[in-house]
Amino acid sequence: MALMRYAEALNAALREEMQADPSVFLFGEDIGRYGGVFKVSKGLMDEFGETRVRDTPISEQALTAMAVTAAMTGTRPVLEIMYADFVPLALDALVNQASIYNYIWNGQVEIPLVLRTQGGGGAGAGAQHSKSLDSMLAHIPGIKVVAPATPADAKGMLKAAIRDSQPVVFLEHKLLYNMRGDVPDGDIIVPLGKAATVREGTDISLFASSRMVVEATRAAELLVEDGVSAEVIDLRSLRPLDIGAIVASITKTHHAVVVNEGWRFCGYAAELSASIMDHAFDELDAPVARVTLPDMPIPYSEPLETAMLPNAAKIRAAALATLK
Amino acid sequence: MKNTPSVDEHLEIYRRMLLVRHLEEGLGALHKEGRTRGPIHRCDGQEAVGVAATAVLEPDDKVTTTHRGHAVYIGKGMAMRPVIAEIFGRATGACAGRAGHMLIADADKGVIGGNAIVGASIPAAAGMALSMQVLGRKGVALCVFGDGAAQTGICHEAMNMAGLWKLPMVFVLEHNGFGLTVPSEVQSAVPDLSVRAAGYAMPAEIVDGNDAVAVYRAVGAMVERARRGEGPGLVECKTYRVEGFSTSDMGGYQKPEDIAAWKARDPLRISRAALLADGVPEERLAALETAAREEVDAAFTAALSDPFPAFTPDAACNPYSEAH
Ligand SMILES: Cc1ncc(C[n+]2csc(CCOP(=O)(O)OP(=O)(O)O)c2C)c(N)n1
Repeated sequence: MALMRYAEALNAALREEMQADPSVFLFGEDIGRYGGVFKVSKGLMDEFGETRVRDTPISEQALTAMAVTAAMTGTRPVLEIMYADFVPLALDALVNQASIYNYIWNGQVEIPLVLRTQGGGGAGAGAQHSKSLDSMLAHIPGIKVVAPATPADAKGMLKAAIRDSQPVVFLEHKLLYNMRGDVPDGDIIVPLGKAATVREGTDISLFASSRMVVEATRAAELLVEDGVSAEVIDLRSLRPLDIGAIVASITKTHHAVVVNEGWRFCGYAAELSASIMDHAFDELDAPVARVTLPDMPIPYSEPLETAMLPNAAKIRAAALATLK
Repeated sequence: MKNTPSVDEHLEIYRRMLLVRHLEEGLGALHKEGRTRGPIHRCDGQEAVGVAATAVLEPDDKVTTTHRGHAVYIGKGMAMRPVIAEIFGRATGACAGRAGHMLIADADKGVIGGNAIVGASIPAAAGMALSMQVLGRKGVALCVFGDGAAQTGICHEAMNMAGLWKLPMVFVLEHNGFGLTVPSEVQSAVPDLSVRAAGYAMPAEIVDGNDAVAVYRAVGAMVERARRGEGPGLVECKTYRVEGFSTSDMGGYQKPEDIAAWKARDPLRISRAALLADGVPEERLAALETAAREEVDAAFTAALSDPFPAFTPDAACNPYSEAH
């Protein structure tokens, strides 16, 4: 066990997978010499050379399309897209290429591709550098979308993603990189598609992913003052979704708040609450509450951005309203 | 003809470059004090490009710029206080604190606007040129973009259509040697990016980007040509980013001797020497320099005591639902 920052845990996962498998290679803007804007690939170019760790031009659309076909023809590319806000440039490769070939070509090709990116607000980075586009990505059948919240999961899930034979979009959060946590030593693998119970509770279930797990956990602590015992479930994987874990928790608490840093309309929280209805309607004692971003661009100014982001206070209020 | 600035025009360019320099220095100092938020991209040492290129434009002409747009904002006629207030997220900012420093717009001044999706400002200007062509107006659209942006696919697509349709626009390539931390030679197969203009039937010129008069003459000639309906042109301004990529860049990858060599050729020095050689008295320059500093200091003081905006959900973005 070692105490590590989230970014260091990702770095360890990349290093170990590159050591174990020569077909794993990294590419992306500023990931080489500089080690990535968030320092996730620090030191890897020195260790593995410029063929396996490549600085690229600013060419998201071509890079993602190249990652798809490189993955089809023998390598395991890990592509970093610096901000999730730039993923729309890569969408054609995901929507029209990566997600269809395995099925359309009847299993003749596998696409072991990992697209790492980071999103989220709270850093004053403005409307083109703060979005969480997990809803848009999870909408696409044929790709997996995961969003770990802790250093241990960051390491274990990145290793699992690299070994996966399907395209995986790996979502990080800019405010998580410096968070520390215990990471088990050695070759830990956290299977994709499994949720984790962060905190047990009996009155209400709070479902979240990525940085919203931190806010949901704080909300659960606040709810103690209200005499409410909240269970916090970290989804970890947005697609495939661990519906079993969700149903099990609701069967215990009969109330749910779903939290997502994306927009509300057609968003991940809407999908989650519909899935809960599909699978556990009879267990619900109240409608599922949603805590999301309002449907508008993310403003720059601190009070504007702060007011807009989901936080523990909003989650607590939503929980209390649902329990009324 | 705009091809050579008069002494008075050059003095005004020099004054605006001074304003931008003091703005950048002020931002650097406030960043050190922890009073800026989010990444701030300084353009010290590159002022000649943004200021001299926009100096040839008429008020109705349009400009788009990059995430490093301060010189363009001031060059195209925006006042200091709304720019500084925007950078500090104030209600009095040019965009009421919503945009932040990377996305500033002032439609009345033709600045629409800054863009932090690298490459996106290039087709943006092409679209403005298209609308002027459709409406039969005499205006010109100008885009300032970096050597990093020149590698994006969308740059090539926009240049092709501009050449094909003879759009009234000018491409001003601010070649500062870096795309974030990655040097240009790691991003481009050719050192002089202007060679690409031939592929789009555009004239191109390479100029010393630290010499405001050279930038003015070259851009002026291309603007006049575009205004006559003869189609687009490209000016590649060779300059250097003497600061880090942004205020959060730890640096260490730029050669100190390169920084020193370019600082010795600072655009302010070059313009000052040229103005003296043109017979402008030392006292006139000194008075202008004092006034510029006072103007920026006053703008900082005012902007920093301006109020923050209050958050309201944007009804226009969310027409069918109640506030969240
Ligand atoms: C589509 C996109 N990809 C990546 C980035 C991250 N990024 C911001 S600025 C930059 C470098 C841009 O280089 P250049 O165009 O030369 O402008 P400079 O910073 O040198 O002024 C990068 C990679 C971005 N903002 N948008």
